[in-house]
Amino acid sequence: MSEAGKRTVGQAGTLESNDVMITVSPGEEGSGISIELTSIVKEQYGDAIQKTVQDVVGEEKCRDIYITVVDRGALDCTIRARLLTALLRAGVVQKKEVI
Amino acid sequence: MKNSIGRDLPEVIEGYGQPIPYSGAFEARPAMRRQAPKVKTIHPRDQKLVDTLEAVFQQIPITDGMTLSFHHHFRNGDGVVNQVLATAAALGIKNLKVALSSVFPVHETLIAYMKSGVVTALDTNYMSGPVAKAVSEGVLATPVVLRTHGGRARAIECGQLPIDVAFIAAPAADEYGNLNGVQGPAACGSLGYAFPDAEYADHVVAVTDYIAEYPLAPISIPQCLVDYVVKVDCAGDPRGIVSGTTKITKDPVGLKIAAMAAKVIEAAGLLKNGFSFQTGAGGVSLAVAHFIRQRMEQEHIVGSFALGGITGYMVDMLEKGFFKKLIDVQGFDLEAIRSIKTNPNHLEVSANFYASPFNVGCAVNRLDVVVLGATEIDVDFHVNVVTGSDGVIMGGSGGHADAAAGAKVTIVVANLLRGRLPIIVEQVLTATTPGETIDVLVTERGVAVNPQRPELLRQLLAAGLPVKEIQDLKAMAEKIAGVPRKLTTSDRVVAVVEYRDGSVIDVVRQVHQ
Repeated sequence: MSEAGKRTVGQAGTLESNDVMITVSPGEEGSGISIELTSIVKEQYGDAIQKTVQDVVGEEKCRDIYITVVDRGALDCTIRARLLTALLRAGVVQKKEVI
Repeated sequence: MKNSIGRDLPEVIEGYGQPIPYSGAFEARPAMRRQAPKVKTIHPRDQKLVDTLEAVFQQIPITDGMTLSFHHHFRNGDGVVNQVLATAAALGIKNLKVALSSVFPVHETLIAYMKSGVVTALDTNYMSGPVAKAVSEGVLATPVVLRTHGGRARAIECGQLPIDVAFIAAPAADEYGNLNGVQGPAACGSLGYAFPDAEYADHVVAVTDYIAEYPLAPISIPQCLVDYVVKVDCAGDPRGIVSGTTKITKDPVGLKIAAMAAKVIEAAGLLKNGFSFQTGAGGVSLAVAHFIRQRMEQEHIVGSFALGGITGYMVDMLEKGFFKKLIDVQGFDLEAIRSIKTNPNHLEVSANFYASPFNVGCAVNRLDVVVLGATEIDVDFHVNVVTGSDGVIMGGSGGHADAAAGAKVTIVVANLLRGRLPIIVEQVLTATTPGETIDVLVTERGVAVNPQRPELLRQLLAAGLPVKEIQDLKAMAEKIAGVPRKLTTSDRVVAVVEYRDGSVIDVVRQVHQ
């Protein structure tokens, strides 16, 4: 984990079809993980997307972040990649940890 | 009860009645006579020209509970439906049934009339945009009847869709009621979908913004059927009526699918002199025509006819000698209008001639191949073109089920994934076209043949096409995207999907909000 002071808002992805735009905002100590999801396939894949986001957050051992996911039908691998990049840009995870 | 493809239907559908369950594509044996249109006469000196729609409403007179019909040749440029219904609303008329062959976003005003009780029933073959969404959300107390293009003609001619007043948007008319679709500012080409309405409605009103000197030439709908002619300032917006030019797709996946579909047609032994063909105006469908054309050119093949909605691409194939005739129930662009106006080999036909199952031979029966799209297709090859992934109505059969039933080989072209959603599902949300009339599914990752067509399967395998089981293609898509959770619906029926013979193939249930 990086220093709390370097944490900022990080964003990755686009609103093109089959992509997802993910915004990560570091929260107060103890605020926990919040996920706000909008998706064109929420009926069919809403739970799956939630799980993917939670899996990545768990794997990266993130704490206290607010994640906004605007999904346009992205595949699982895309969601993972966009989320990791957003976390990286937010300073929540370090580059070496990602690659 | 369940129909023969296992779709659950209520015993009685409120506002519709008892459904006749679908029992097979060619099972219905009509035992009836055609509806006899009303016998009329006029005095030799009588005039048909009426100044305003309001005056027509009063002369007929139009009263509560009547059925008003309209065609959709003006597509998203239509101005007639809105003007007629505004007149009805202004006169305080209620409980109208609107029988409009297709509903477009321009008809959004219908929603307000539905809410205020001016319109309480809708009968159509296709709907998109705000009206479709409002219907899906339950704006009407009675379910919408969704028909096929051939089924609508059948229903009108057999008395199952009686029409009190047909309002026919006419690009050109003379003062004695001769109409055509090829002159005037709102030219739309063929008027094919309006023919049954003109022949069978109790009253026929032509609505036009272009009055030509008597007698009009050419004549599509003749004076002997038309009671009134109303001149309005503007019948339609040409920008919404015709598209400029229809282009084939540039999407590499779409092109791959189209090229493979063309190979399927050739492998089935159909690409020879006398070949007949129908395809949609969509980018991938049109691309199939493009690849077929290349092969026809290389092999010096001359086809018989192309059918359906006609685009400039088909006109070019006619003019270059790839097809001898075009059979046109609806034109999509300016080239189609120019051609039908000037070329005697470009034939204007009615919806009945095109696709009705209850006559002694419609044009789809003479098709070798039709290429169609799908929102979903299931492992039994049943196709949904009515509801989208959210369960909301976003289309309708149009000619889909008709052409599929008629053609020797029916090909569905579709991307294996649309967005994240696999196109192949265990069971389609809304069955529109039965699997027994679908022969081949072509996707970018392989071709699936309906198991009821072993000979076709042998032909495609012999040609080295990438044939796969439909279940395997489904699994392939799910491996990439994950297995989608099935949509849940309520019990309330918002639309009844009639097969072309009038039996009920499925119903659309309201989705949970």
